[in-house]
Amino acid sequence: MALLEVRGLTMKFGSLLANHDISFDVEEGSITGLIGPNGAGKTTLFNCISGAYKPTAGKVLFAGSDITGWPPYRVARLGAVRTFQVVRPLNDMSVFDNVLVGAFLRERDLTSALDVAECSLRFCHLEDYRDKLAGNLTIGLKKRLELARALATQPKLLMLDEVMAGLSGAELKEAMELLKEIKAQGVTLLVVEHVMEALMPIADKVVVLDGGVKIAEGPPREIVESERVIAAYLGEKFSRRLKELKT
Amino acid sequence: MRHRQSGFGLGCTIFGILAILPLIPGPLQGPFAKHVLVMVLLFASMSQAWNLLGGYCGQVSFGHSVFFGIGAYGAGMAVVKYGLTPWPGALLGAIIASIVSLVISYPCFRLKGHYFAIATFAIVEIFNRLFMVWYWVGGALGLDYPIIEEGWRNFMWYETKTPYYYGAFALFVLVFSTARWIERHRIGYYMRAVRDGQEAAESLGVNSPQVKLTAMAISAFLAALCGAFFVQYNLRVDPPMVMSLDMSMRFVLITILGGLGTLWGPLLGAAVLIPLQEYTRAIWGGLGGGVDLIIFGLLIIVIVIRQPRGLMGFVSWVVGHRARARGRG
Amino acid sequence: MTLFLQIALDGILNGMLYAIVALGLTLIWGVMDVINFAHGEFLMIAMYVSYWLGFLMNIDPLVSWVASSVFVFLLAFVTYKLMVSHLVGKPALSALLATFGLSMFLKNLCLNRFSPNFKLLPVTVLSGKTIPVGSLILSLPQLVIAVFSLAVIFIVYRFIASTRMGWAIQATAMDKEAAELMGIDTEKIYGLVFGLGGACVGIAGGLLPTYMPVHPEVGSLFGLIAFICVAMGGFGSITGSLFASLLVGLVEAFAGFYIAPIFKYVAVFALYLVIVMLKPKGLFGW
Repeated sequence: MALLEVRGLTMKFGSLLANHDISFDVEEGSITGLIGPNGAGKTTLFNCISGAYKPTAGKVLFAGSDITGWPPYRVARLGAVRTFQVVRPLNDMSVFDNVLVGAFLRERDLTSALDVAECSLRFCHLEDYRDKLAGNLTIGLKKRLELARALATQPKLLMLDEVMAGLSGAELKEAMELLKEIKAQGVTLLVVEHVMEALMPIADKVVVLDGGVKIAEGPPREIVESERVIAAYLGEKFSRRLKELKT
Repeated sequence: MRHRQSGFGLGCTIFGILAILPLIPGPLQGPFAKHVLVMVLLFASMSQAWNLLGGYCGQVSFGHSVFFGIGAYGAGMAVVKYGLTPWPGALLGAIIASIVSLVISYPCFRLKGHYFAIATFAIVEIFNRLFMVWYWVGGALGLDYPIIEEGWRNFMWYETKTPYYYGAFALFVLVFSTARWIERHRIGYYMRAVRDGQEAAESLGVNSPQVKLTAMAISAFLAALCGAFFVQYNLRVDPPMVMSLDMSMRFVLITILGGLGTLWGPLLGAAVLIPLQEYTRAIWGGLGGGVDLIIFGLLIIVIVIRQPRGLMGFVSWVVGHRARARGRG
Repeated sequence: MTLFLQIALDGILNGMLYAIVALGLTLIWGVMDVINFAHGEFLMIAMYVSYWLGFLMNIDPLVSWVASSVFVFLLAFVTYKLMVSHLVGKPALSALLATFGLSMFLKNLCLNRFSPNFKLLPVTVLSGKTIPVGSLILSLPQLVIAVFSLAVIFIVYRFIASTRMGWAIQATAMDKEAAELMGIDTEKIYGLVFGLGGACVGIAGGLLPTYMPVHPEVGSLFGLIAFICVAMGGFGSITGSLFASLLVGLVEAFAGFYIAPIFKYVAVFALYLVIVMLKPKGLFGW
């Protein structure tokens, strides 16, 4: 049984169909990528899984429980924790206290929570900023803080919403290493990313969305070859030319 | 780890100084000075009770005089109607205040911004008028204490104010210790997380409605205890004395002046505002009334505009400035 | 039946008074997202201006409302420049507390200068005059305020909807930064709106001494009721607050008569709570 199972998930906003009948699995211990062009419905799907939205139809199963429509905090308590695409630091608290809030999910008393927070802070290389107010960090550091905070909850499944968007080349490398290390610790990852290049080398499986529907699923190597994916990203015209070139 | 323990020594020092304050000979010995000191400790405690919800948890309520009033009526009813000591009344009042606060705030927490603020105004006005016509609790006339034996059992004294001072001090220690305990405990971090971003907090497993309700219940409980002290000190209570918008505002203003969401802000705010108000009233009372409040009003305007972080902001600026100067030198 | 209609009539007339008081607050709230806690005190000041003009110079409130309105316009404008301009865009609490400080200042200044006594102009053109309508009695001073109220609301509404300045105000209300990029001087707009809000309440205050005594506390309750009307109507909606004001007037009149006078405001405040529980953004809010 997979750690996360999405079954026939559909989300409508009025007449707008943001997600239509999407199903996929996230295997325990893997990195699963969720990609697609802007407006493909990635963030909506994410919000449905993490409990921010209640899906119109379909089911979300996590670790064997049906979590469809659960409020976000219950989903988080069960071990599926997310970050936000538009970062949401707790502005008036220090960087360390931000991480500490996450750590309190599993550690009830202060001393052990402090240890966990410390670990997670170091893991994300944020120890130099520990006493700064989270609101005063640069955007790149805020993204790292989101990650550190989510990690401090000691999740089973970590859902990252575009943590790598907007990072420079060197930062991107660093971030990819970080994700691999997280995976090595036994945390399952579901990563939404707009930039394909960042995900392809590290993902075990990739799910591709376009226009609210799943158009492909498989190992990264197969996905980059898939015509529908290329069409979705680069347009029909380019995809036809690519095919002509190949033949 | 070090910065987490700092402040403990400061707290002990402050408690220690306040404990020996009435023993120091000099200007603090007069009955008026004692009265001012009692008021400072009472309003510092009350503002801290408000601060737990408004400052730490970010839910700005203008309705706290209702809980203050329920506590006052709890003690008052026990003494005046049932001939008991005020203690069981104070405790029962505090429990009822917590329950009332939960019943009221459960729906109100759905409201945002000004809608929430105005709802809390409305609640104060409703309670004020209901108590005005509620015959059982004395209606508009309120409750007047009979003359009974003084001492700690009945928590009342007619001549001396020193026991009242220590009563207020005990209350102060209770409220501030609670606040400090919360500040360094899981619930305290969760409260601040809810204040700074409900959505982010919930994504980290924080049950924000529950956190807000917990903060509300604790805050209302402590506010009611402060109200019970207030009635014992005045030996009478009526609705406008305790349940009014002006009373609610005082708790808010003292906290804002001192520093919202800080541990020592409410004490600092009360230590500045209460003497200012009491002394201006005493000195300029003959000028036709209202002078103390004219000054008070102007002061609020200046502080809100010039120093939004309150006196604690000023203090930390000075401390930081000196630390920087030391670092350079 | 006559009694019922009479109560309804009184409720509507009172509602129209609330409407003109709430109008200024709606403008300020809608455009600047600021609650002016001193709004009720602006009303009180306007009443004192009109009262003293009548008392000292024998000018009838039917004339002196112009002076009251101009005076409160200036007072509000100065308030904006000295206080509120520093607080727009800051946490909502700041402006509320600063204006609370102002309300305390004004209230106690009047208490100190003019004593807490109730003051009423004994003889004015309108005093005590009534018009019989069938079996109902229409109080002329209240009717005049209701007519003024309708007229002012209509003028302000047209001004906002169909003048260049009105469009600039709307643009500023929707998105301050975008409005600035379009070359609108939002600082000027804010000052104007705050002053205009004061002028509206100034008109009401100028006319009130024809039947209502003035004292330092008179504004507090009006201010509170105006908040209720504005919030009940919904964020910055002029029609919403007009509708809510009438509703408040009616509920107050009927609760005061059929339950008990002391419960009239309890009913009004409870009505507010019920409505925002059902519609957290007010009747016309979005």
